Amino acid sequence: MASVVTDNIVDFELPMVPLNLAKRRRIRWGRGLILWLAAAYFIIPIYAALKFSLQNINGSFSLSPIAAIPSQPGLAAAFFLSMRLAFVTLAIVLFLMVPTMIYVHMKMPRFRRFMEVVTILPIVIPPIVLILGVLEAAPLWLKASPYLLALVYVVLAMPFVYRSLDSGLGALDVKTLVEAARSLGAGWISTIWRVLVPNLRSALLSATVLTLALVLGEFTMASLDLWETLPVWIVDFDQTNAHISTAVAMLSLLGTWALLTLIVSIDRSHSRRRRRNDV
Amino acid sequence: MMLESHTTQPTPVVEASSSGAPVVLKDLVRLFGTTRALDGFSLEIAPGELVALLGPSGCGKTTALRVLAGFEQPDSGSVNVHGKNVSGVPAQRRDMGMVFQSYSLFPNMNASDNVAFGLQLRRQRAGARRARAGELLELVGLADHASKYPHQLSGGQQQRVALARALAIEPQVLLLDEPLSALDAKVRAELRDQIRSLQQRLAITTVFVTHDQEEALSMADRVCVMSKGRAEQVAAPSSLYAKPETAFVAEFVGVSSRVPVTRTKGGVELFGALAKIRGDVQSLPESEIDALLRPEDVSATIGSHGLGIVNHRSFLGATTRLGVGFGGATIKVDVRSGDAELFELGTRVDLTLSSRDVLVTGRKKDA
Repeated sequence: MASVVTDNIVDFELPMVPLNLAKRRRIRWGRGLILWLAAAYFIIPIYAALKFSLQNINGSFSLSPIAAIPSQPGLAAAFFLSMRLAFVTLAIVLFLMVPTMIYVHMKMPRFRRFMEVVTILPIVIPPIVLILGVLEAAPLWLKASPYLLALVYVVLAMPFVYRSLDSGLGALDVKTLVEAARSLGAGWISTIWRVLVPNLRSALLSATVLTLALVLGEFTMASLDLWETLPVWIVDFDQTNAHISTAVAMLSLLGTWALLTLIVSIDRSHSRRRRRNDV
Repeated sequence: MMLESHTTQPTPVVEASSSGAPVVLKDLVRLFGTTRALDGFSLEIAPGELVALLGPSGCGKTTALRVLAGFEQPDSGSVNVHGKNVSGVPAQRRDMGMVFQSYSLFPNMNASDNVAFGLQLRRQRAGARRARAGELLELVGLADHASKYPHQLSGGQQQRVALARALAIEPQVLLLDEPLSALDAKVRAELRDQIRSLQQRLAITTVFVTHDQEEALSMADRVCVMSKGRAEQVAAPSSLYAKPETAFVAEFVGVSSRVPVTRTKGGVELFGALAKIRGDVQSLPESEIDALLRPEDVSATIGSHGLGIVNHRSFLGATTRLGVGFGGATIKVDVRSGDAELFELGTRVDLTLSSRDVLVTGRKKDA
C-alpha cells in the first residue's frame, strides 16, 4: 500500500517539475517586463529630450548647445533665485514642522490624524488656485518680494515633510528621549538640537530631498507670480532657442539628481560609519 | 560575572558626594479629566533613603514620580527638596537623575557620550567629562563598552548605562521608574542588587517605582504602598509584610487568605480557638468580618475529622503551598516540600493559627 502511494507521488511529481520551472520563468519574465516598461516610461522622454538638445538640423550631434549655456542671458539669475528659494523654503518648513511634529508626537498624538488630513490639502488644491488666493491676500511689500513664493512653497512642501518626519518620529520613543534629556538638564532647544535632530537624520534628509526637488521644479506659481525661476526661464527661453532650453532642462535634471545623490550618500556614509562600530 | 567583579571592588570608584537630599511630598493632587491619579498623596523621604512606591496599575505611583521629577504639574500640593519648594521648577532645573522603564539612551551617542551628556550641559571640559563618564561606566561594570552605541548593548547593559548617566550629574534625588521591568528575570535580579549597592554606597536619596513587590521588598529601606492615588501604608519591608495596616496592603503585599470569622469578646474565633485582633478594633464592624492570614501563619495537620480539605497543591521549591477548603473559603497554607506528599488532594486537615494575632477587616461584598 505504502509503495503504491510512493509510486503515485513520484509519478505525479515528475511532470510537475518542468511545469513549476515554466511557471517560475513566466513570473520572472513578467517581473522583468514590468520593470523595463517602468524604466522606459522615464528613460524615453529623457532620451528624446537629450537627443533633441544635442542634435543639429542636419542630424549630426554636437555639444555646442551645452557649451552655449553659461552665456545665456538671465540663466544665472534664474538659477540662483531657484536655489535661494529652495533653501529658504527648506529652512522655513523645517523650522516650523520639526518642533510642531515633536510637540504633536509628545503631547497630542490624537492630533496626528487631523494633521495628516490638513497636510494633504496642498496636494488636493490646484497650485493655480493657491497662488491666486495668496496674490489676492498678500500685502504689497510681500508681493514685491520673491520670498512670497518661498512661503507658498512651504505649504506645498508640507505634505512631504510631514510624512517624512512622522515616520522618523514614529521610529523613536520621543517622549522618553525628551524626558531623559530634560532630567539631565537640557532645555527644549538643546533637547531638539542635540537629541532629536541627530536621530531624525534620515527623516530630515528625505524631507530635504523632497522639498528641494519640489521647489527646483515648480513652474506654475513662479510664473503666475512673475518671477523668473529656473523652470520659468527654461519655458521662456524655449521660445528663443529650444535646443539650449532643453539642454538646460537636462542639466537641471542632472544637477538635481547629483544634489539628491550627494545628500543620500552623506546619510549612507554616516550609517556605514556607525555600522563599522558594530561588533 | 561583571556584577560580581564590580561588587567585590574594595574601593569605590566614585565616592559619595553628599548624604542625599530630604524630600517631602505634601497633599499632592493630580487630575486627569475626572480621574484623580493622585488624591492627597503625601510622603516624606529621609536623606539617602531608598523608598519604593508599590501598587497596582493605575494607583498613581508613576504619576507621583513624574510630579517629583517635574514632568507633571500637581493640581494642588507641594514638592519640597532640601526644604525648598520646587513645585514650580521645570524638570531640567530640578537636578534629579532618572532611569526610565523603556530604554532611554540617546541612539546617536555611544555609552560614554550618553553618560557625559548631562556634564556637557553643565559645561564641563571635554577631558573632565570623558574621565567622569569612564569612572561611572566602570562603576556599573561597563568600562569596556564605552564606545558602543545603544543598539550594540543588551537591555540590562542599556539600563546600567542609563543609571550611570543619571548618576553622572550628581543628582539630589535619583528617580527609578520601573527600570527593571523590561529585563529578563536573571538580569533583573543582578541589576536589582547592583542598584541597591550603588545607592547605599553613594547615599543618594532614591525613589523607586515598581509593581513588583519582590523588587520593592528586597531593595527599599521603606515601601510606600499606594492605592487610588493615596499612600495606604509606608513602612519598612519587614513591618509591611508582618504588620499590614489595611486589608489592601495585606492582600497586595505577600499572599493572604480571607477567612470569615466571628467576633467574640477579646478577639475573633478562628479554627475553633480565640485569636487576638491586630490594630484598630474600634473601627471594625461587629459582624460580617474576615480575617486575613498569611500562608506561613497557618499550620495544617492531617486529621480524619479535620474541617479543612486539601483541594490544591503548588510546589514552590523549599515549600509547597496547599489550598485548603475551609468553611466556604480557601486558605493557603505553606508546608515543607518534604512533607507535602502527605497532603494529597482530598486529605482532611486540622488548621491552627501559628501567629499571635490576626488582621481583621470588613467582609468583601463579592466574597
